[in-house]
Amino acid sequence: MISLGLRGSLSCRLSRILIHRDSSKWQALMAVFLTCVFSCSQAQTVLTLPTGEPQDARLSGFEFMGESTRALQLDASQNPAMLFVREGEQLWSALIGSKRAACRDCHGDANESMRGIASRYPAWDAAIRRPVSLSHRINLCRSRYLGLDQSQAESPATLALEAYLAFQSKADRITSVDDPNVFPWLENGHRLFERRIGQIGLSCADCHAHRPGSRLGASVIPQAHPTAYPVYRLQWQSLGTLSRRIRGCFTGVRADLPQPDGELMVSLELFLRQRAAGMLHEGPGVRP
Amino acid sequence: MSIQTLIDLPQNIKRGALIRIRVSISHPMETGYRRSSEGERLSRNIIKRFSCMLNGASIFSADLYPAVSANPYFSFQHRAARSGELTFLWEGDGGFKHVERVFMSVQ
Amino acid sequence: MTTQPLRSQTVPSKDAQVTLPDHSPDADRQSASSYEEAIRRFTGARVLIPGRIKLDIAVLIDNGNTVPISIVVIPTPDSLSNIESIAVFSERNPQHEVILLTVEPGHSSTEVASRIRLATSQKLIAIANFEDNTCCSDEVDVIVTLAACLEGDG
Repeated sequence: MISLGLRGSLSCRLSRILIHRDSSKWQALMAVFLTCVFSCSQAQTVLTLPTGEPQDARLSGFEFMGESTRALQLDASQNPAMLFVREGEQLWSALIGSKRAACRDCHGDANESMRGIASRYPAWDAAIRRPVSLSHRINLCRSRYLGLDQSQAESPATLALEAYLAFQSKADRITSVDDPNVFPWLENGHRLFERRIGQIGLSCADCHAHRPGSRLGASVIPQAHPTAYPVYRLQWQSLGTLSRRIRGCFTGVRADLPQPDGELMVSLELFLRQRAAGMLHEGPGVRP
Repeated sequence: MSIQTLIDLPQNIKRGALIRIRVSISHPMETGYRRSSEGERLSRNIIKRFSCMLNGASIFSADLYPAVSANPYFSFQHRAARSGELTFLWEGDGGFKHVERVFMSVQ
Repeated sequence: MTTQPLRSQTVPSKDAQVTLPDHSPDADRQSASSYEEAIRRFTGARVLIPGRIKLDIAVLIDNGNTVPISIVVIPTPDSLSNIESIAVFSERNPQHEVILLTVEPGHSSTEVASRIRLATSQKLIAIANFEDNTCCSDEVDVIVTLAACLEGDG
């Protein structure tokens, strides 16, 4: 199957790249290469208005949905994601695990310490030496420092905490990926974004880069910027991660599903973050 | 997930004002019509009744059916005549019962 | 001039509760009870007077799982009648009953909002019953489409 070949080639590439990872000369070359790649892609996302001013052509999924769904997101007393934010707020201070400790014990007040956190993930995890998503990081933290067993990827507690942390990032700008440690995964994410997968043989780019605003069936195709995750998706009637959303697309094109916190998934998430760098984070949002 | 509610009341309510009260609660509202991936029908688990009382007298109530979305939300109006305790009560399948109390101050 | 309906023997007394069917999903009920029958059970012998109620809903729905609706009822100035209850019925959901609301009487208008599920494109009707044995309704046609990619549990 095409998707198996994808996984095989990814691990080969990673092992070759990892051999060179410690070379500072290689890192410098990677930085130059990636700057060229992304400056090219950024140029395509800038429109010139009749006045001559540049305007960002990137649009959040918010702009592609109906007015009533937008109203749901904008009103904190109606946004269903806020129920999960409340849960996360309680969990932040809850004493749990074999160490009877809380997130607050190390991180203090989330309003201060976690400001903008969601706009800086995925990020490097030094212990397992690879980038991780925010929800994966929460899981790792809870098992390392609170003495909990590793939860499954989308457990209610992790989701609620991620919602609470994303809420601390509302109105911050998604930051550019500038940690050289994660460049190999970023490059792979870019490659994956362009690669056709699954029985249906579509790439992420086919829909989200080349046809945003058109319809797939009756659904409007957005540009796929991760500006509102974790998101309350009307289709799920629940909150979910970017990882879950990406797996939904893989299901749609009939490709094998990547592991929720696996390297393929985080590579894609890293690329989506870079692609959205500079866009506003909306806090946990609502999507159709 | 533990039960969470969002209750929105205006501040500084003047006597005689028509105010809007908005509430939602976390609940899957499983319809009873869905089937699992193994083909088994997932049994119905919904909130069947919501009521709001002011000092014990009902000011709004709803009978909910499976057609009400998950995490059910209501917005309704109330003519503020007096301060008092608002009691919000949700009841449903499996003996589900949840109560929230909020003091409403009317000047 | 509004004509007041005569009281009829078949009108349920004020003490009788408005009964809607129970909440059980039952495939047979759908065929046994049509949309019109479900509405008739709620309105009884009330005379339906158009106007006074508005069912607000987007014409093209993003997703049928969570559809915001709002209902505004405005009793006419010359009528002192209070609202008894408001019901919403769906034409094509597995069950016609969507919601039954009882509001506090005595407002100059009543606006209620909620979020509902719609299985498919269909008609949706909101009906308000008044204490003077009148009722009013507003019916809308909504278009509900499926999401492009249907997911499993993954």
